[in-house]
Amino acid sequence: MDDAIIRVDGLRHRYGDFAAVDGISFTIGRGEIFSFLGPNGAGKSTAINVLTTLLRIQEGTVKIAGHDLASDPQAVREDIGIVFQEDTLDRDLTVAETLEFHGRLYGLPRAERAARIAELLELVELTGWAKVRTKRLSGGMKRRLEIARGLMTRPVVLFLDEPTIGLDPQTRLRMWDYLQAVNREGTTIFLTTHYMDEADRLSDRVAIIDHGKIIAEGTPLSLKNALGEDIIMLCTGDDRAAEAVIRGMEGITGVKKDPAGLTLLVAGDGTHVLPVVMHRLEEEGITVISVNLKKPSMDDVFVHFTGRKLRDNSAGEGH
Amino acid sequence: MRVFGFLTVYWRDMLRYFRFRTQLFSSLLQPALWLAFFGIAMAANFDRIMMGDTGALPGVPSVGYFTFMAAGVIAMNVLFTNLFGGFILLFDKNWGLMREMLASPMPRRDIIFGLCLSGVTKSSFQATVIIVIGLLLGVAFFVGKTAVEVAGSLVGIFAFIAVFAIGFLSLSTAIALVTESPEGFQGVTTLLTMPVFFASNALYPTDAFPEALQWLVAVNPLTYLVTGIRHFAIGDHFTAIGVEYLTTTGDIALAFGALLVFAVVTFALAWRTVERAVIT
Repeated sequence: MDDAIIRVDGLRHRYGDFAAVDGISFTIGRGEIFSFLGPNGAGKSTAINVLTTLLRIQEGTVKIAGHDLASDPQAVREDIGIVFQEDTLDRDLTVAETLEFHGRLYGLPRAERAARIAELLELVELTGWAKVRTKRLSGGMKRRLEIARGLMTRPVVLFLDEPTIGLDPQTRLRMWDYLQAVNREGTTIFLTTHYMDEADRLSDRVAIIDHGKIIAEGTPLSLKNALGEDIIMLCTGDDRAAEAVIRGMEGITGVKKDPAGLTLLVAGDGTHVLPVVMHRLEEEGITVISVNLKKPSMDDVFVHFTGRKLRDNSAGEGH
Repeated sequence: MRVFGFLTVYWRDMLRYFRFRTQLFSSLLQPALWLAFFGIAMAANFDRIMMGDTGALPGVPSVGYFTFMAAGVIAMNVLFTNLFGGFILLFDKNWGLMREMLASPMPRRDIIFGLCLSGVTKSSFQATVIIVIGLLLGVAFFVGKTAVEVAGSLVGIFAFIAVFAIGFLSLSTAIALVTESPEGFQGVTTLLTMPVFFASNALYPTDAFPEALQWLVAVNPLTYLVTGIRHFAIGDHFTAIGVEYLTTTGDIALAFGALLVFAVVTFALAWRTVERAVIT
């Protein structure tokens, strides 16, 4: 049996001349949490809309849970759950009715619907809100309801497009807990995000996507390790001279200079390399204005691979 | 299992229909007010214009304007209910459940099926209420008919209403799927309202219309609905405000056929539109 639950090969999607998704390939294993990390407009939502059958596939092949997306979208629909980026709730239906509607939509038998609704409301802690109309819910509660809805049919894969966008930090943490609980029960999770910490904390594997292409892929740890183990950021009286001195020192795998100062990639433990660096600079008569040692974050990973910072604006865009 | 997907759409639309009590109440009250105010006022006017001459023919029953226009008020109510009935899809498209429905295994045509069924239900319910209120206010429907004949007439009326409702509801859903904003939807449907409502026989005889308008009347589905309702509620031969109305069984079959064609065409249009809809 194929161990990959999603297999994407050469997926490309154009709007006119513009390729929003430009030839991506990846596989997701059964039971994984997989993230697409990228800025707004990178092609994440387009990719997820194609994978969830909302957009017709144009180029490439996709297999989800053994079904071919192009030839059997109906079977794909049966096996997936989706949590959309924007609210897609009827504000005048109650919490329970929202789930009931979904269960009926997928043809779940009555008894199973009732059991699932009770079970899922418990999971997302909305049991007491069952008879309340969705317009009275807070943003976090709406998201939880939408996640519960996505799980109604026991999908093989749950797709989430920017699941924690616009939520406060506490609610985000709880949302991650829910998703991890759902994942532990065996649901494969595919999510898109432009939050570094979300990709880092939640995912087994991350694909960094930019301009419609996957530019790096791996576990959060392996991506960070690709940069070297630690990062030293230096600001000196003469960065150019300092760069010449440091380049080629033992334990330093890379030096980057930008207007803000120098960024050193350290192969081993930075706490041992830093004193040596400081000592050399002192010997050369270069003053050190500030110094900072840190473990690499997903931010650094992103900057490393794309050459620019990920703007962390929360306004979602369509593509 | 998937055959009854449209019942899910229907169930949800009915939940909404009975949930908004104010809206439900006003939608029922409005036709009653038309009858009470416009009907009674115009009836008085027509009496004055006709100066007591009812234009009655010997041996042919004559009905007052009030009874004549009551059929038109029922038709008007069915028209408005369904012409605006597709609005829910615009709402769903922009803020609601459309994406959920499109991404689900339910066939898309079931969205249209479900809403049509809901339109038929609402229209029949509202028509029943108007008929009852009308009878209480003195509308002379079903005069001289036995209980069995009244039942038969009701079947005829509701068959006409159902087909007409499906036609306009389908049209409305197609409009809702292609317009972007509530204002756009409102604009298009309101634009349709005028010719459909006024270039018909709902409120007055159309015999004296100029020829161009006569053409519009002849292709107007509302004309056929009103003709059907009058035939079953008043009779196949009567006079009202000086005009003789005679409808044979063939005429009624033709009217029903015209409505069927209209419903099939608009349903096909709505189906095609929903199949092509891309909402992301």
